[in-house]
Amino acid sequence: MWLDALTLQLGYNATLVALGAMFLGIAAGVTGTFLFLRKRALVSDAISHATLPGIGLAFMVMVAFGGDGRSLVGLLFGSALSAGFGLLCIGWLTQRTRLAEDAAIGAVLSVFFGFGVVLLTVIQTMSAGRQAGLEGFLLGSTAGMLWNDAMIILIGGALTMAAVVAFRRPMSLVAFDPEFAASSGMNVGRIDLMIMGLAMAVTVVGLKIVGLILIVAMLIIPPVTARFWTDRTDHLVILSGAFGGLAAYVGAAFSAAAPDLPTGPIIVLVSFAFFVVSMLAAPGRGVLVALLRHRRFQRRVHMRQGLLALAQGQPIYEGYTMRLLARAGLVQRDGVPTEEGKARAAKALRDEKRWQLVRADQALEGAAALYDGLRALETVLTPDQIAEIDRRMGGLAGVEA
Amino acid sequence: MTLALATDHGAVVQTLNDSPLAVRGMTVSYGEKPAVFSVDMTVRQGAMTAIIGPNGAGKSTLLKAALGVVTPLAGQATVFGKPLARERHRIAYVPQRASVDWDFPTRVIDVVLMGLYRELGLLRRVRARHMDKAMDCLDRVGMRDFADRQIGQLSGGQQQRVFLARALAQSADLYLLDEPFAGVDAATEKAIIDVLKALKDAGKTVVAVHHDLATVADYFDDVFLINTRKVAEGSVDTTFTAENLNIAYGGRLAGAQLEAAAG
Repeated sequence: MWLDALTLQLGYNATLVALGAMFLGIAAGVTGTFLFLRKRALVSDAISHATLPGIGLAFMVMVAFGGDGRSLVGLLFGSALSAGFGLLCIGWLTQRTRLAEDAAIGAVLSVFFGFGVVLLTVIQTMSAGRQAGLEGFLLGSTAGMLWNDAMIILIGGALTMAAVVAFRRPMSLVAFDPEFAASSGMNVGRIDLMIMGLAMAVTVVGLKIVGLILIVAMLIIPPVTARFWTDRTDHLVILSGAFGGLAAYVGAAFSAAAPDLPTGPIIVLVSFAFFVVSMLAAPGRGVLVALLRHRRFQRRVHMRQGLLALAQGQPIYEGYTMRLLARAGLVQRDGVPTEEGKARAAKALRDEKRWQLVRADQALEGAAALYDGLRALETVLTPDQIAEIDRRMGGLAGVEA
Repeated sequence: MTLALATDHGAVVQTLNDSPLAVRGMTVSYGEKPAVFSVDMTVRQGAMTAIIGPNGAGKSTLLKAALGVVTPLAGQATVFGKPLARERHRIAYVPQRASVDWDFPTRVIDVVLMGLYRELGLLRRVRARHMDKAMDCLDRVGMRDFADRQIGQLSGGQQQRVFLARALAQSADLYLLDEPFAGVDAATEKAIIDVLKALKDAGKTVVAVHHDLATVADYFDDVFLINTRKVAEGSVDTTFTAENLNIAYGGRLAGAQLEAAAG
């Protein structure tokens, strides 16, 4: 069953939903990266909640003009209008009043959402139109997804991605250094509006699948996950899109495999699983790796300090240091260094003296910056350079490695 | 080009002005209290000018207003005698180091490449010649070996030099620096001043917000003293005097400091 789901064997609707969700996930991950970099992650939450009154009003308008109020394009258009209005409110509140952005976001988010809920309640009492299923926009509903719906998601997602690719440079620059961006003639306000406008587009496109409450997860979790894996903006964008697309595809497939599992929440949970794995296991910024690295580092520090103490005939008080030295066969049980221990200690001391010269030399700054008290000089300088250091050191050069 | 501009005296003066940076009647206010009030400044071509004044005197704000980074309440700036928007490509800017998040996911070389944005535009690929130029700029500030590092791994002085390299990549005629020597070690300070002096020797104009009165005479040709209003401007010899410093700092400098600085 799970395998069938992942390989798109569960029928037309499930396939449509899985592919639509994947495109949405990629677009959301890529777009959300810039919100994350600009430290505006929460704006996406306000945007998504601000879509609700637009959905209600669009339904009412369409019914008033004699339709059944179920045109997806019409509903999405309405949601985009009210989300855009919500964005303007946040911008106005932060610029014209002394409110901080988080306060403005909180106010706009709750008021728009509250108004939207009121509208939906009113709609339930209307006799005209087919109101059943409107509440599906809250948490997403994929059961009745049509070919046209999938196409809207595909085209909307593709257009959004194209815009992100085209404007990735100014958006990255504004996110990193808005003052510099402004000094080179960029309109920072307009770029910010574009970042948020793109997030709004993804939100609106994604309403059908994940719903407005959870779309924020698809915008924010993938870039945060990707951040554990890379230190480069371009890689972050690509990884975030990949995580977002994969999580959405897997989540949609899972929810299709079990009849009552809702698509949006499952996508969010899969996305969260990626996040947890990345947080723990990613090389570089992952927590486990950092812990292991810290332990290894601690071991090296103790070893080095122990060797330097041996070389200078100083006593070693720390039990951990002593145990490390003994385990490596560098001291005997009574604390007297072995022959190997003496040799290693002498080398450690010589390295330390070489480093002193390297760090005093402005020309070797690149190498000196790598000094951490532990690194072997051979990994930083060429043999010729080390020979030169030794020449300057004079008598100490005689110690054998 | 002749510009008719209102000064703070209310009179309209005719200026025939090709100065790299001329500011007229500039007023910037955050809220109701002006940070910079009706300031005129004329930067001399090919000189190194220090903008000096106490904390909160509007030094950085003046620079940002001249660049259009903050919107002034009144006043305008011309660059090489033309409106700012038309000559922006001739300006390079080094913001304060503390103004950005150094944990941002980007490498040293990527930051320098930002200085080539005008050449690269939206979609052009980064080619070997762009990389060469960026590496060359890193070389000039002694940071070539750091090109692939994440920027958060750098020391404060190294971060400042990366910012300078980015400004060099802009290949400008006018360099504006906001406190380039703040919180950097002596080695970096020397590296930066060497680069700035080389720019000057190449006929470029350098304007820097500066804090350390002791080094003004060594580093700069001209000074611009400001404390919300302009106090004085001119060459170091004639303008960097104890009297002017007293006005700018409101008598807060000890006599010894004044002697050391201006003596």
